[in-house]
Amino acid sequence: MKNPTPSFFKAMMAIVRKDLAAEFRSRELLSAMLVFSLLVILIFNFALELDVKVRESVTAGVLWTTFAFAGTLGLNRSMAVEKDRGCMDGLLLAPVDRSAIYFGKAISNLAFMLIVEIIVLPVYSMLYNINLFQPGLLLVILLGSIGYIAVGTLLAAMSVQTRTRDVMLPILLFPVAIPVLLASVKASSGYLNGADFAEILAPLNLLIVYDLIFIAVPLMFFEHVVEE
Amino acid sequence: MVHSKSNFMIETKKLVKRFGLKIVLRGVDFSVQPGEFVALLGPNGAGKTTFLRILASLSRPSLGEVTVANHKLPDEAAKVRAKLGVVSHLPLLYPDLTAEENLLFYARMYGIEEQENRITEVLDMVGLEHRRKDLVSTFSRGMQQRLAIGRAVVHDPEVMLFDEPYTGLDQDASEMLDDVLRSVAAKGRTVVMTSHDLARAEDLATRFDILSRGVIVASAKQEELKKTNLLAFYKGAIES
Repeated sequence: MKNPTPSFFKAMMAIVRKDLAAEFRSRELLSAMLVFSLLVILIFNFALELDVKVRESVTAGVLWTTFAFAGTLGLNRSMAVEKDRGCMDGLLLAPVDRSAIYFGKAISNLAFMLIVEIIVLPVYSMLYNINLFQPGLLLVILLGSIGYIAVGTLLAAMSVQTRTRDVMLPILLFPVAIPVLLASVKASSGYLNGADFAEILAPLNLLIVYDLIFIAVPLMFFEHVVEE
Repeated sequence: MVHSKSNFMIETKKLVKRFGLKIVLRGVDFSVQPGEFVALLGPNGAGKTTFLRILASLSRPSLGEVTVANHKLPDEAAKVRAKLGVVSHLPLLYPDLTAEENLLFYARMYGIEEQENRITEVLDMVGLEHRRKDLVSTFSRGMQQRLAIGRAVVHDPEVMLFDEPYTGLDQDASEMLDDVLRSVAAKGRTVVMTSHDLARAEDLATRFDILSRGVIVASAKQEELKKTNLLAFYKGAIES
């Protein structure tokens, strides 16, 4: 039986389909991310309830803190599933460019993060009485999520190989993700406060550049990250 | 890249593997003819798993040459992986997917075209067709290991590597695995298996290599062991 080598795209999509099918059956990862996000929003809501001015000014920060922590939970779990039963070796044994594995995992992780965001945003809007459904803000959330997941998936593949992986991922990820989180908070805040587009343009550009860099880096380095 | 074709399906020359300051493999020279079933035996920490991981392109050699199915590692790793099936003591299966979904996923990763037919063939071979639609999380350890072999042969590889496949299996499951291994080998595939179970290795393999402290210290074909048994050969090699 002669098998053609699968294309990069087919291998990537096979991983995405597998991850989505497994997650929609077990709901382990999504439920953990969702419960965590809603709890964070509630805690901040009660903590900032008395001071309306402060609450308005920190809305974007609270939103991105929630997304970042929930995203970290998802990233850790998504790679742990592969590592714990040796499935990462199963992926690495496939005759495909190993960056296809990275992009497959990254797209799955991004899908999980976006699902959580789609559920969290209306709740956040109601609790904080803010209209978050602005096209510009939604674009910032998408770009910020792409950047966070792009770097997070790469670092999760590294940290999952350590004994202290649960602690290691945030330690590695948060310093590297500072630019994307700061730019996301600044751009989100600009949209929420009705700032001029010129003011928002700089953080938006930073988000786009960050996303491009951390989509390109794994193409070159993912193989070295996962190989002994 | 063009190289002269080797007569061996697997060949390593002066293979060295270091992890930091620790040298695990110290110049391993090893070769396997097409269709041979080699049992790679040795005590814990001898370097058997590391050696198989290098053959499987999961680990890079620090020094030396490795050729599998006439492709050099690590330069032609993707070509090697297309011809290689690997079974370890971990099943490499997703518990939240069914047996069919697991095989379908791996069939897609190997670019298999007639996926449905191939999955039916493989499930028949490992005796799990009746559990096709069941989640892997409901399988016993023995069934998972049989499905793991199905996963490893889904792309009909020329070379199979088994790393301690009997770990954690009870007597019945081990006997079933014996049958599956025999059927895998009967198709003319080249097999390398590491094991601590000398009786099973003696029953299945056609050649026995002993790896100790990072080097192959002895090698014998099945017919050469007629006058002595494998245990005596093994002990003699380890103690020498």
